[in-house]
Order: sequence, then C-alpha cells, then structure tokens
Amino acid sequence: MTSIFKKLIQAAFLLTLPLVAVAEWGLNMTEGITPISQKVYNMHMVSLTVVTIIGIVVFGVMFWSIFHHRKSRGVKPAQFSHSTTVEVIWTAIPLIIIIGLAIPATKLLIEMDDTSDSALTVKAVGYQWKWKYEYLEDDLTIYSNLDEKSVELSQRVDTANPMEHENYLLDVDEPLVLPTNTKIRILTTANDVIHAWWVPDLGWKRDAIPGFINDNWTMINEPGTYRGQCTEICGKGHGYMPIVVKAVSMDEYKTWVAEKKDSQEAAAAASNKEMSMQELMTKGEAVYKANCLACHQANGQGVQGVFPALAGSQIATKPENIKTHITHILYGKNLMPAFGQQLNDGDIAAVATYERNAWGNDTGDMIQASNVKAERK
Amino acid sequence: MSTVAHEHDHHHAPSGLKRWIFSTNHKDIGTLYLIFSLMMFFIGGAMAMIIRAELFQPGLQFVDPQFYNSMVTVHALIMIFGAVMPAGVGLANWMIPLMIGAPDMALPRMNNMSFWILPFGFALLISTLFMNGGGPAGGWTMYPPLVLQLGDAFPFLIFTVHILGVSSIMGAINIIATVFNMRAPGMTLMKMPLFVWTWVITAFLLIASLPVFAGAVTMLLTDKYFGTSFFSAAGGGDPVLFQHIFWFFGHPEVYILALPAFGIISTIIPTFSRKPLFGYASMVYATASIAILSFFVWAHHMFTVGMPIKGELFFMYATMLISVPTGVKVFNWIATMWKGAMTFETPMLFSIAFVILFTIGGFSGLMLGITPVDFQYHDTYFVVAHFHYVLLTGAIFALMAAVYYWLPKWTGYMYDEKLGKIHFWLSTIAANVLFFPQHFLGLAGMPRRIPDYNIQFADFNMISSIGGFAYGLSQLLFVYIVIKCALGGKKAKSQAWEGAKGLEWTVPSPAPFHTFETPPKLTKAMLEH
Repeated sequence: MTSIFKKLIQAAFLLTLPLVAVAEWGLNMTEGITPISQKVYNMHMVSLTVVTIIGIVVFGVMFWSIFHHRKSRGVKPAQFSHSTTVEVIWTAIPLIIIIGLAIPATKLLIEMDDTSDSALTVKAVGYQWKWKYEYLEDDLTIYSNLDEKSVELSQRVDTANPMEHENYLLDVDEPLVLPTNTKIRILTTANDVIHAWWVPDLGWKRDAIPGFINDNWTMINEPGTYRGQCTEICGKGHGYMPIVVKAVSMDEYKTWVAEKKDSQEAAAAASNKEMSMQELMTKGEAVYKANCLACHQANGQGVQGVFPALAGSQIATKPENIKTHITHILYGKNLMPAFGQQLNDGDIAAVATYERNAWGNDTGDMIQASNVKAERK
Repeated sequence: MSTVAHEHDHHHAPSGLKRWIFSTNHKDIGTLYLIFSLMMFFIGGAMAMIIRAELFQPGLQFVDPQFYNSMVTVHALIMIFGAVMPAGVGLANWMIPLMIGAPDMALPRMNNMSFWILPFGFALLISTLFMNGGGPAGGWTMYPPLVLQLGDAFPFLIFTVHILGVSSIMGAINIIATVFNMRAPGMTLMKMPLFVWTWVITAFLLIASLPVFAGAVTMLLTDKYFGTSFFSAAGGGDPVLFQHIFWFFGHPEVYILALPAFGIISTIIPTFSRKPLFGYASMVYATASIAILSFFVWAHHMFTVGMPIKGELFFMYATMLISVPTGVKVFNWIATMWKGAMTFETPMLFSIAFVILFTIGGFSGLMLGITPVDFQYHDTYFVVAHFHYVLLTGAIFALMAAVYYWLPKWTGYMYDEKLGKIHFWLSTIAANVLFFPQHFLGLAGMPRRIPDYNIQFADFNMISSIGGFAYGLSQLLFVYIVIKCALGGKKAKSQAWEGAKGLEWTVPSPAPFHTFETPPKLTKAMLEH
C-alpha cells in the first residue's frame, strides 16, 4: 500500500516537472537576486506544486467518473447521497495541507518584516508620474523619470515602434544606484496619490501612500540592473513610471554618490547664469519631455477637461501672466504638482521659455533663472 | 402534481409596454432582469474588447491612457453590478417562487422598483464617459486620493453606486421575505433546493455589506465637496481606511457573485447525473461558513499597504481557511457525479467546466492568500487571471448553464442543443486562451491596469487578445440561440429534463403567468433533493 502511495507521489512530481522547466522559458516568477526573493520563489513553487497535485488528483477522479459513469454506457445511477466518513476526511485533508503551507509562509513573512540593522536608508517617494529617491545618510536626492526614448515611442502616432527599444517603459533617466551585499532599508511613501514600488528581482512590492511611510529591506547579492514598475493605479501615467535599480559594489556606490553631489552642485551653480534663446529652448524641451508632457501632451494641447492646453493659453501667451506662469510651475495648482523642489531655477526658466515659444505661442518671451528666483518665497 | 399542471390561467397577462413598466409579476420582472443583464454583458464586453485591442501589441494604437483607465474601471463596474448581479437576481425572481411553491415574490411592488431604478443607475454611469474630464478612471475600487482627482463625473459615480446599492438591497429584502414567509407547507428550510439556500445567504451578505460600501463612497463625497478629511492624511485622515471599508464590502461582494453560481451548479449536476446531490446538509453549512468567513478576510486584497505583521498573519490564515468549505463543495459535486448516469447537455457541460475552471481560480486564490508570495503577485496580471477564472469561467459560466437549463421552462421550447454545444466549446476554449496566459504575464512581472507594456510581454498579450475577441464573438451565438428558442422549436415538456427534481418542473412549460395560486401539496418524493 505504501509503495503505491509513494509511486503516486513520484508520478505527481514528474507531472509537475514542466512547471520547473517553465521557469527557464521566462513564464514563471523570477528567482530574483536577494536571499528573500529566492525564498519567496521557493514558497511560490511549493504552493504551485501542491495545487497542481490536488488538481491532477481531483480532476482525475472527475474525468474517470465522466468517462465511466455515463448514461450512454447503460449504467444505472446509484442513489447514495451522503457519507459522514468521506465528508470528514475531505474536510480534514485540506485543513492539514493549508497548515502545512501556513507554517513556512509565517516564517518567511516574519523574516521579511525585520528591517533592523540596515546600513543604508533610501526613501522612495511616488509622484504622478516619477519616483524621487532620497539617500538619507548621504544627503542626496535624485528624481527618476521615464527615459526619453520610451517617452517618444509611447506616443499614439503611427511612427512609434516600441519593438526598437528592448527596455521600453522599463528604463529611466536616473536609476536608483544601490550597493551590493549591504542591508538596505527602503522606505516608501508618496506625494500625491497611492503608488506601489515593485522590483520583481527583490522579491516584494510595497504601496507608497501619501502621509504614511512603509519600511522594507533588501540585500542585493549580484551587481546588475534590475527593472520594475509602479503597481498601483495612479492615474494616466501609471504605466509610465518604471523603477530601475543599479546594483554596484560599495566602492563604486560611494564614488557615484560623490560624483552625483558634485554634478548637482555644478548644475545648480550653472543654472543661475543667463542663457540665450537657443539654450533656453533646447534645455526647455528636454525638461518639458521629462516633466510636463505626460499631462500637457507633446503638442501642448493637454487633455480636454483634465489637463489644460498650453498652446494658445492665456497664461502661456499673455505678457502680464509671466509671473503666474512661473508660480504655477514652482508651487503647482489643483492637479498640477509643485516643481519648485525638483527643478532648479535654470530648468524652470528654460521650460517656461519653451512653453511660451513652442506650438505657435511664439511670444518671444525669454525667462531667465533670475526671474524664477524672484518668485521663490 | 397533475392538479397544478392543469390549472387554468385565469388572469391574462397585461399587454404592451405597460405590462413591463408596471409589472409586479415575478416572472416578468425576472425576464426584465435577465434581458437587462445580457445588455450590460455586451456593453461591458465591448469595453473589454477595447482593452484587449489596445493591449494587442506594445505601443499606443487606439485609445489614450486616461480613456484606457476609464475602460478598465467602467468595464468592471458594469460587469459586476450590471451583468452578474442582476442576472443572479433575475434567476432568483424567476425560480425561487417556483421552487418553493409560492405564487409570487413577497413584495411585488418593491420588486418592480428594484428593477426599474437599475437602468437609470447605469444610464448615469455610462453618461459619465462623455462628461468634462472623462469617466471614472481610478479603478472600480475607487481608492482615494486618486478617485478625488476625477472631474465632473465624480458625484455621478457616487450617486450611481448609491442607486445600485438601493436596488440590490431591495432585491435582497424581497428574497429573504419570500423565502421565510411563502414556502409551501411541508417545505422546511432543510428541504429547500440548494439554489434557494445559496440565494438566501447571498441576500444576507448584500444587506450586511452594501450599506458599508454606500457609507464609504459617501465619505468620499464629503471629502471632495464638504471639507472632511476621512481619507486625507494632510487633514489627519487615512487613505488606507477607505481600503479597509471598501474591502469589508468588497470581499463579501465576491461571494455575492459566486454563491448563487454554487446554487446553480448544485441544481444542474444532480439532474444530469440522475442522482441526488451528495452531502446536501454539508453544502448548506459550507455555503454559510464561506459567507461568514467572507467578513474576516478582506485585508488579503491589501497585503501590500503595510499592515502590522500580526494583521497580515491573521488575514492570511483566515483566507487559507476559506479553501476548506470551498473544497467541500467541489468534492460534493464530484461525488454527485460519481456512479451517476451522466449525459452531457449544454447546461451540464457548462457546469463541469465551472467545476474545473472555478477550481483553477480557487487554486490561484490559495496561492494569492499566502502573504509573503502575494507581495510578488499583488496587482499583476496573475490577479487579473485569478479573478477572471472565478468570475467569468466561474460566475458567468454558471449563469450560462442556468439559462440553458431553465430556458425550456421560460419559453416552452427546447433550445438548439447542437448550437448550445458549439457555444459551450467556443466559449470554453476562447476563455482559456484569453486568461490562462495572463498567469504567465503576471508572474513575468506585468502590472495590471497599464495601457502599454514592455516588449517582453508582447507574445502572451497577443494570444490573450485573440482569445478575448473569440470569446466576445462567441457570445453573439448565445444571443442567437436564446432568440431562436424564444421564437419556437421543439416543444418542452413540463418535466423538460429527465433527471430534474423540484417544483418548477411540475408546472407547464412555459410556466403560466400565475403559478401556485394555491400552495401545492408536497409529497415526499417531491421534496427529494
């Protein structure tokens, strides 16, 4: 009897082998690159195997019955309608199975919950539609927008062919750089609506909720680039705010932090200088694509009823509205977020100039960093 | 019951439009509900076709992301509140009085009103798509703060929810009043057909959960227009509070959609197995257990919001526990088939497909219930595959089975069996081509509710879309079969199916306008399950 039982189990395992193979074809959950993601993957495979075996047994019995107990074979129906023994057994067995699954799941959950002893803390803040990363110990802040190529290819025009771009909608201008083999605490929160921060290779996702901070941790073993996406619907740009983690050695990470800080300081200093119309327009277009296009659209027409048009608008064309134009960008209005923190004076000057001269607005207005600075409170 | 079968139809049905507008007849109102839900099924289905067309290949081809989000949102609202729920209420209206030997529903005028406010509710909802700022686009779950960014459509969305809630609560009260007061003498509670049992329990779920939902959306309304901050952290509120309240309604809602389906399957499988339902009492207890447990598992929809670990563990255990009574049901159905003498008419085919495919949805549900792994599955296409397996190949397949099963009783004619089987096979194959690959998409990392995706997801999305179009087109065949059956065909006997049990088969086909004006005298054989 036991040997039959053993054989049955072996056969069931053989039948689930294709599931393991599936992993290699990219149809299955990733094993990821952290100790936790590996355990999550294992737990997934255990539960998948368990339900597959249950399915084979239960549907097997059913199909056996369907083939043998049919009227066309001339069988007379039995008339039994209950059996307490059988009913107790098939209540008890599922109970035992779920207890068997709940125990390892509980252990894993407790392990995932322990954020103590982290060496580095990063705060990920969701915006409509980008991520801000604050390295709390290193006092560094970066903004991570969808890469320019994906922005171009994701427009609703016939010429856009996303197949040209391997990392279409999964690439950013500024990846989150993290050191390997370090326990990193990742805090998630949001600025406007609820977002969710997910990199499958790290083995978890967590909501980013305005006004609340969730804490999580990870420890990346292998250097590399890992990609994910926002996973909580957050409006029109929900599909366009990917997450890219670039894991490098601790030394490289430190070098990167130092260089990043230097370049941010240099950019801030440079942004105060006067720019020519040509410079303003070139820079403005780039800033516009990264920050404004998702709502106001590439043609400046906005979306009727939701996002106002800039082309031909009162604010972007009338000279008396230049100050209002700048303060809208700095401090936001209604649905429009405040950009004063994420863009420097030069960026805002450039984008305002661009908006006043693109799409036939042609006001000829030039706005300089000093004009923006004057409006900051 | 030959006396019932030969009873004359004294009252002639009123004619013309007035018959339908002022109807207090449970059969006519049942028909109205069923036709309305079929219309909503096609409107919601058309939105699904737009979604699948946009996802056919990477890049934006047909609609803008904002409109795409509206389609995702309104598709769900229409399918849940417009197609599946009214279809269930329509079946309850038609069949419960016939099954318990009652002349009509207990509250016929309320019955009329609960139906006739539905078209207004959905007219309001669909009209929001043409309003300034577009239709609701934050998902049917309406999470703040995102839902508060909605334009002119916002108050209409809230009002729609209120209207639909009022309609459903009236329907639920009516069913409870009917079942508890109008059963024929001798029909004790534990003699009732299982379909009646599942609907009574569903009605209690509706009454307990819908007011909570109405409260939650009213809080959204005051947050937007009256300066309250229930869900705004900046004002001292909590956006996650909404999710708790919403899912306290939302999870029982899942069973509001599924329990009547269980009742249908428990009626059809014994008929075509020619054998009594196995474990009637345990079916009743399992249904009640599922209903009670459904109030204690809501937070498994929101494991990723960052609850305390004790909360996460509690909701994980409670969720896994639901698989026990659900398992009992599946085992009972299979034990009913076991050693029966089965035939495979269309209702039976849909019921068998239900057992398999709903169980597959249950399997992925168990996997989703395991919290640490749910952190990977949550809000991906794995979830989309899961709930479409339980709702489309679950609830909707059961509704299809019910329509084929009782159509002879409603119209007096047998439907075209050959076409019915073709409809079954097309639907089953298409639904699996549509939803099975979505498991792989989710596991490979594709989030739900996105209008565009990375090229690595292209192949499976294309397969899924082809399945979607095939499924949508196959349902046109269903409409043809139903119309053809209503217009004529082979005459149905009062006992339309050889193995069918229950009072509905003692009245002629089509069922006369008034039935059981005097309560039927029940024999022991008639009360067999």
